[in-house]
Amino acid sequence: MSHSQASDKLMVELRDLNKWYGEFHVLKNINLEVKQGEKIVICGPSGSGKSTMIRCINHLEEHQKGDIVVSGIPLNEDIKNIEAIRKEVGMVFQHFNLFPHLTVLENCVLAPIWVKKMPRKEAEAQAMELLERVKIPDQALKYPGQLSGGQQQRVAIARSLCMNPDVMLFDEPTSALDPEMIKEVLDVMIELATEGMTMLCVTHEMGFAKTVADRVIFMDGGQIVEENEPHEFFNNPQHERTQLFLSQILQH
Amino acid sequence: MSSDISNSGHNPEGGPAKPKAPPQNKPKFWNDPKKRSLLFQVLLLSALGFVFYSIIDNTLTNLEQRGITTGFDFLTEEAGFGIAMSLVPYTEASSYGMTFIVGLMNTILIALMGIFAATILGFLLGVARLSDNWLISKASTIYIETFRNIPLLLQIFFWYYAVLRTLPHPRQSMEFFGTFLNNRGFIVPAPVAEDGFGLVLFGFFVALIGSWLISRWSKKRQELTGQQFPVFWVSLGLIVGIPLVLFMLSGMPLGLDHPELKGFNFKGGITVIPELIALWFALSIYTAAFIAETVRAGILAVSHGQTEAATALGMSKAKTLRFIVIPQALRVVIPPLTSQYLNLTKNSSLATAIGYPDLVNVFAGTTLNQTGQAIEVIAMTMAVYLTLSLLTSTFMNWYNSRIQLTER
Ligand SMILES: Nc1ncnc2c1ncn2[C@@H]1O[C@H](COP(=O)(O)OP(=O)(O)O)[C@@H](O)[C@H]1O
Ligand SMILES: [Mg+2]
Repeated sequence: MSHSQASDKLMVELRDLNKWYGEFHVLKNINLEVKQGEKIVICGPSGSGKSTMIRCINHLEEHQKGDIVVSGIPLNEDIKNIEAIRKEVGMVFQHFNLFPHLTVLENCVLAPIWVKKMPRKEAEAQAMELLERVKIPDQALKYPGQLSGGQQQRVAIARSLCMNPDVMLFDEPTSALDPEMIKEVLDVMIELATEGMTMLCVTHEMGFAKTVADRVIFMDGGQIVEENEPHEFFNNPQHERTQLFLSQILQH
Repeated sequence: MSSDISNSGHNPEGGPAKPKAPPQNKPKFWNDPKKRSLLFQVLLLSALGFVFYSIIDNTLTNLEQRGITTGFDFLTEEAGFGIAMSLVPYTEASSYGMTFIVGLMNTILIALMGIFAATILGFLLGVARLSDNWLISKASTIYIETFRNIPLLLQIFFWYYAVLRTLPHPRQSMEFFGTFLNNRGFIVPAPVAEDGFGLVLFGFFVALIGSWLISRWSKKRQELTGQQFPVFWVSLGLIVGIPLVLFMLSGMPLGLDHPELKGFNFKGGITVIPELIALWFALSIYTAAFIAETVRAGILAVSHGQTEAATALGMSKAKTLRFIVIPQALRVVIPPLTSQYLNLTKNSSLATAIGYPDLVNVFAGTTLNQTGQAIEVIAMTMAVYLTLSLLTSTFMNWYNSRIQLTER
């Protein structure tokens, strides 16, 4: 759908990425290039390493072998590089992880003020603008515990966007939500996609994948098994494991 | 349901049926659960009342036989005994009332000193135990497990008899920069204010107010421009700098009363008695181990997702700790911290064991022995601990409710 948005600049590069948890080889030779403006949907059975892979991108998890380059910055031992990468990469979690002791607005301005050294006034104005975009400006002074799951996840998206990231990572953003709230979150994500954000989404919302994804990636056993544009991926899956997985997912 | 059953007993239409159900009118009053529990409470209360009455009556009779009159008149009588350490002027000619004041102040002093040191040490140890650094975390674990599990009294004895009493005599004192350490305590020069020292104090207060204004200004400026100002360092500079400059300009109007060895002991200066040092070390080190555990539990209670979210937003470890982890951990830590403070205050009465002149040692000890006014003295002493505890919990509850409010 939005294929034309992708430019040639590489935002995320994973080369021969390998990771172990002790003896357990969780990521095996992952290779992935994401261009600016591309939207990637990652799916696969539970435990296949989807979360681990995207968490390596902003160094929430350490990888043992291979290279990661984000927005031209190599992710290495240099703490400065790690900090720089985290400023470019926003992340949305399955369980929102909002700060319960801070209001919605404070959740949104904390990092801009203390990490980006933005004036509070400016940070608040920007936060209100983004809360407007996720359609909850009226909740700004409430605490996360007073919001529904769908609202909380939209705040979490706004909070990430407040850092003006170049890349957004989503780790199953709707799987902890009640069915009636999934749509409001997906709508926000679709809007973000049409505005040209580079996105990597771990999700099993196949409707979302068909609407916005430039590519769908299927992972199993710590490997990328199949990678294709959505139409081909859903209608003509090449691998047996992909076919099995899709048949299980699409049954519902 | 039960009303149906009991009604059936009174059923007027039941007729004179032969196989009459056993009479179910009101149960005997000792079978009625409500009355029964009331009865037990009354019995218990009267028993308690009787016990207290007999104790008091017995004591009063005993006192009377020994010719001791009850009442608080003894407080104005001359005490006639010396006290090793006093924060207010006290001599043997002072009254028993003064022994109460001296003991009370010594108790408050050791409690405040202990709470201050134990809190800092405890927080550091609690955070250290969770450190990624193997050595730091193991060292902290060993500290906590050791000091938590050795009886406090033993620790007090250790610091007092094994460490401080084995120091050299005054004549062979260890000297560091004009201070002396020996088995009579730690002797430091006493500051003596001379003309013009008021100016220095004035400068100090001006600096305090200045720092407060600066912190407000910098917050405003941050809101407008985003620039951050090193408030802490500038304030520190002011608070130290201004009084220091004034001090120099006014010709250093502060004399020092240097301790001097006269005969077998030191004259002049301030002597921190070894009993205070030993008790302070023992109470702080012991309580810090418990505080460390509550701090650790508090930090662990903050979910891992919180740290991850902060990290993903680019916040450093220190900022994550300051803005995310500690504020949430505090809500869990405050209630058990309060009870550690209360424990420390109550444990300070172990002072008696090494002769630190706290309230229990001076007032409930010597004064009671000399006057025999057991009831009054014990009642006053108990009232003090009760009041101190209530004050502490009230303050901590207030603080707790303040930080809880930010949640919702
Ligand atoms: N901290 C960890 N320690 C050990 N094993 C882990 C850890 N985190 C995840 N794993 C394992 O790594 C595998 C991949 O996990 P994950 O990336 O969360 O899978 P997915 O997100 O695809 O469900 C799983 O088998 C999981 O049990
Ligand atoms: Mg996962």
